[in-house]
Amino acid sequence: MLRASLREVSGASPPGEPPRRGEGAPRSGVAAAAGRARKVSAALKEGHVTPTELCQRCLSLIKSTKFLNAYITVAEETALKQAEESEKRYRRGQPLSVLDGIPIAVKDNFNTAGIETTCASNMLKGYISPYNATVVQKLLDQGAVLLGKTNLDEFAMGSGSTDGVFGPVRNPWSYSRQYKEKSVPKSHSEDGESNWVITGGSSGGSAAAVSSFTCFAALGSDTGGSTRNPAAHCGVVGLKPTYGLISRHGLIPLVNSMDVPGILTRCVDDAAVVLGSLAGHDPKDSTTVQDNFKPFELPNLTDVSKLSIGIPKEYHAPGLSSEILALWSKAADLFKNAGAKVIEVSLPHTRYSIVCYHVLCAAEVASNMARFDGLEYGHRSDMNKSTESMYAATRREGFNDVVRGRILSGNYFLLKQNYENYFIKAQKVRRLIANDFVKVFGSGVDILLTPTTLSDAVPYMEFIKEDNRTRSAQDDILTQAANMAGLPAINVPTGLSERGLPLGLQFIGQSFQEKQLLTVAKWFEKQVKFPVIQLEVKRHDHGAFQHQKSASFS
Amino acid sequence: MAAAARGCGGVWRRAWQRGAGGPAPAPRGQRAVACNARGGAVPEGKSGLAPWVPVVGLEIHAQISSNSKLFSGSQVQFAAPPNSLVSFFDASLPGTLPVLNRRCVEAAVMTGLALNCSINKKSLFDRKHYFYADLPAGYQITQQRVPIAVNGSLSYSLCIDNKMSQMVTKTVRIKQIQLEQDSGKSLHDDTRSQTLVDLNRAGVGLMEVVMEPDMCCGEEAAAAVRELQLILQTLGSSQAVMADYEIQRQIEELENGGTILNETRAFDSKLGCTVPMRDKEGKQDYRFMPEPNLPPLILYDAKSLPANLNHQQVVNIDWIHERLPDLPSVKRAKLVEQYGILPEHSFTLLNEDGLTEFFENVVKQTQMKPKKVIGWILKDLLSYLKQHSLTVKESPVSSFLLADLLNLLEKKEISSTAAKQVLAELWKGEEKTPLEIVKEKKLELIQDQKELEQICQAVIDGQENEVMAIKAGNRKVLNKLIGLVQRETQGRSNPVLVKQLLEKKLSQ
Repeated sequence: MLRASLREVSGASPPGEPPRRGEGAPRSGVAAAAGRARKVSAALKEGHVTPTELCQRCLSLIKSTKFLNAYITVAEETALKQAEESEKRYRRGQPLSVLDGIPIAVKDNFNTAGIETTCASNMLKGYISPYNATVVQKLLDQGAVLLGKTNLDEFAMGSGSTDGVFGPVRNPWSYSRQYKEKSVPKSHSEDGESNWVITGGSSGGSAAAVSSFTCFAALGSDTGGSTRNPAAHCGVVGLKPTYGLISRHGLIPLVNSMDVPGILTRCVDDAAVVLGSLAGHDPKDSTTVQDNFKPFELPNLTDVSKLSIGIPKEYHAPGLSSEILALWSKAADLFKNAGAKVIEVSLPHTRYSIVCYHVLCAAEVASNMARFDGLEYGHRSDMNKSTESMYAATRREGFNDVVRGRILSGNYFLLKQNYENYFIKAQKVRRLIANDFVKVFGSGVDILLTPTTLSDAVPYMEFIKEDNRTRSAQDDILTQAANMAGLPAINVPTGLSERGLPLGLQFIGQSFQEKQLLTVAKWFEKQVKFPVIQLEVKRHDHGAFQHQKSASFS
Repeated sequence: MAAAARGCGGVWRRAWQRGAGGPAPAPRGQRAVACNARGGAVPEGKSGLAPWVPVVGLEIHAQISSNSKLFSGSQVQFAAPPNSLVSFFDASLPGTLPVLNRRCVEAAVMTGLALNCSINKKSLFDRKHYFYADLPAGYQITQQRVPIAVNGSLSYSLCIDNKMSQMVTKTVRIKQIQLEQDSGKSLHDDTRSQTLVDLNRAGVGLMEVVMEPDMCCGEEAAAAVRELQLILQTLGSSQAVMADYEIQRQIEELENGGTILNETRAFDSKLGCTVPMRDKEGKQDYRFMPEPNLPPLILYDAKSLPANLNHQQVVNIDWIHERLPDLPSVKRAKLVEQYGILPEHSFTLLNEDGLTEFFENVVKQTQMKPKKVIGWILKDLLSYLKQHSLTVKESPVSSFLLADLLNLLEKKEISSTAAKQVLAELWKGEEKTPLEIVKEKKLELIQDQKELEQICQAVIDGQENEVMAIKAGNRKVLNKLIGLVQRETQGRSNPVLVKQLLEKKLSQ
C-alpha cells in the first residue's frame, strides 16, 4: 500500500533534482515483503525518506494539481510542523504507529481544531472549530500529518462534488493519459478543457486527493454512497464501515442514522490500516459499539472455495451501462472460476431504497440544519429587524438551493399530519430493506458483489444538465441500501471504461465483518490489477507548476 | 445577565373545562371557572343545561439534582457567570453528540418508583423542534413517544375549609415522567432592542411529570404539587424549588374567573411574578422525530441484569427501589406513631425543609414529652422563622439550645413565661446559653419557699377587695392574685406552687 504510494511520491521530485538515497526502486527483499502497510513506515524508519520530505512533496503536488479543486484548505504550516514532530520521533526511533509521518487529507465536514471547517457552505465559511472530530484526533494521535481539508458538495448533499460553494472538483482521470488517448474532443477549440469529468460525490475532494497522489489516505463520509461513489469514479478504494464501528463525533451530520466516516486509499491494505486506527468505541458517540475492536492485518487469501458470493439481481438496475454489467459478470466469473460459490440472490425492497432515503434524509437534514441560525456561530445576516427575520435571511444567504430544498421537504414530512404517511412509512420500508440483507446473509451468503455506479464518470457539462436531486437519485441507487442497513461496503477499482475512466465494483459485507469483507476485496484487487493513473499534469491555466513527466506517477 | 430564574414547577398547561355532556377541551381564551376546595359551587354553562366542571391537569418541570447536564459534561450550578457553564454540545456546535448522564436517569427512575409508576425498561428520546434564541440546536431532546416512567399516582392531602383538623386524602394519576433538556435563558433589552442569551442552563436535565386532569381546583393542584415537591426533595432527585408564585397566580386567576392560556410561564425573581415565556401550544407544530444519536435507553432489573455488563454501565431498577428513602407519607405516619403528635402537625413538620430533623433532635436532647415539644417547635420556632423569612437551617437557635431551654423548663427551674423571655434573648444569636441568660436576667424560679410565701402574703395583704371576693366564693379572682405574684417575682415563680400557697393562706 503505502509502499506503492511512497514510490509514487518519491518519483515526483521536481525534474533536475537527483533522486535521493533509497528512493526510486525499492530495495530487493524489502519490495517482496508482505504487509505492505508497514512499507512506508519502514522507509521512514530507515531514513530513506523523512516525514518532512514526504510532506513537502505532497504539498507541492497539491499546488501543482490545484486546478483539480480537491482541497478547500491546505494546512501547510501545521502539516509541516506535524511532519517535523514526526521526524523527531523517527529520529528517536519511537514512531507512534504505522501512520506516523503519513500525509493524509480530511473531508471538510469533519471538525478540525484550528483549521477552517466549511462544509463547502457559505454558512460555515471562516468557521474554525475549537475541537477535533474523534477520527481526526485518532489520526493525529498516531502521528499522521494532516495536509488539509477536501472539497465536497455543500453539507455533503450531492453525488457529484459539484454543488459546493467553492466550485466543482475535477476528476484527476480527466488529465490522465488513459482518458486523453481514448476520449475524442468534440471540437478542437474545446481542447479537452470542457471534457473534464466529475469525481462523483460527495467526498469527491478526498477521492481526487488520493487518486492524484497528493495524500496517502483521506477521510470521506458516506451516507448514501458518498465515499464509494467518488472512489469508483476516481479509481481508488472507498470503504464505508459498519454503522457504529467508527465514531461520528465531530462529523457534521447529514443523516445521523446513516452517516459513517469513510476511508479512501489507493489499496485495500491501506484501508485496513486506517480502519484499524479509527475503529472502536467512542464515549462521545453513544451509537458506537461497546465491543473492543482489534485492528487486523489482512491475510493473503489463496483459497476462495469456501466463499459464497451473492449477486443481487435487483442491482441490475435500469441505466446500468453495458460495460459495467460486463465487468460485473466478469468479476462473478472470476470468483466462480477460483472455486467460490456464486449465487444469484434477491433483495426485493432495495428498489424502494432511494425514495425511502429521500424522506429520511430530508427529515434529518431539516432537523440537523435547525442549529444554523446565525446566533452561536457561522454566517449571520445583517438583517436585524427581528430575530425571526435574521434567522430567515441568515439561512437563505447561508444555504444553497439543495440544502434549503431538503430542509423544506424534511419539515413537510415531519409535520404532524404527514409524519405517519412519510416518516413512519419510510422507517418501515427501511426495516424491510435491512431485513432483506439479514435474510440473504442468513441463507449462507458471505459477501455481496454489485456494481458501485451505473456508469463511468460523466463530463461536468453533461452532469449539470440534471439537477442535484435527480442526480443523487440515480447515483446513489447501488450504494444507498448498505447505508439503510448499516452494513460495511467497499468500492474496489476494477478496470477502465472504453473512455479510459475507472470502473469499480462494490462488495457488501455483514455487520462488523470488515475483516472478511476486506480480505475478499484484497483478493479481488490482486486479481484485477487495476492500472495506475498516468497523470499528465501539464502547465495548466490554473496552476503555474512545471511540466512533469507522466512517468513520475507510475 | 440579570437574574431571571425560572421556577421549575407549576406549569399548568392543561386547564380546561368540561361540560356535563362529556369531555371537551375548551378553545383557548375561554373562561376558566373558579371553584372551591370541594369542587362544587360552579356557575352554569352558557347553555343553562348543566354546570361547568373545571378540570386541572399539570405538567411540572423539575430540575434534576446532578453535577452535570443531561447530555454533556458541563457543570450544573446556580448563579454562575453567564455562559460559563457551556460545553460545545450545549452551544450546539456542529458535529457534537449527546451522551446521556446516568445520574439523571437514576433520578428519573427513583422519582418514577416513588410515584408508583411502571418504569419502562426501554425508553426513547425524541427531538422537538422550534426556533428560539435560547434553544441553540433548534430542537429540544425529550421523551415524547416512550418516556422513562408511566402510569403512576400521587396521593396528597388537603384540608377542608382551611381547617387543619379536617384533612382529606386525594389521588391524582401520573400519566408519565419524561427526561428532557432545559433551555437557556434569553434576556430582552428593549431599550437597545437586543436579546442577550445565557446558555448556562441550556441542557440541564429536567423531569417533566405529567399529571392527568384529575384535580378540580387550584387548591387541589397546589396540594398535589406541594406533595410532589416534598417527594422530590426527599429523594434528592430534585431540589424542587417550585415557583409557588405560579400556582398562586393561577389560583387567583381561576378564582377571579380569569383566563388561563395554554402557555409556559417563567418566574422573574425581580418582579416577583411569572411572565409568559412563549406561546406553547398554539398552532406550533413541533415536528417531533426520533433522536438518532441516542440509542434506546435500556434499564435492567435483578432478573434481566446481564452478568457480563459492568455495573457502572447499567441502571438497575431493583437496586434503586431497595434504596428508596421513606417517602413523606410514610414519614408522617411514623412521626404520628412514634411521638404521639397530631397528623396535621406531621404535615407542618414535613412541609418545612429540615423541621422534622430539628424536632427530632430536640426530642432526643430533652426530657420534655414530644407532644409538648411540638408546641414550642410549631408555635415559637416556626412562627419566629416565618416572621423573619428564615429557613430552619438559618435559625439562630439550634436544636441543642432549644433543648437546653426546654430542659430548664422541664426541670422546673424556670417558668414557661421565663422560658419565652429566654427564647427571645436566644433569637439575638449572642452565643449565650439559656442558663447564662437565666442567670443574667435572674429568671430562675424562686426555689426558696419562705421567700415565695412572703411575697404571697404581701399580695394578699395589699388586695383586700379581691380576698373578700374569693372568700365569698368567686374563685376566679384567685387568678388575678396569681398574676400579681408573677408580676412581683418577674415571672420567676411556679404558678402551680403560687396557687397552692395562696389557697393555703386564704383558707387559714
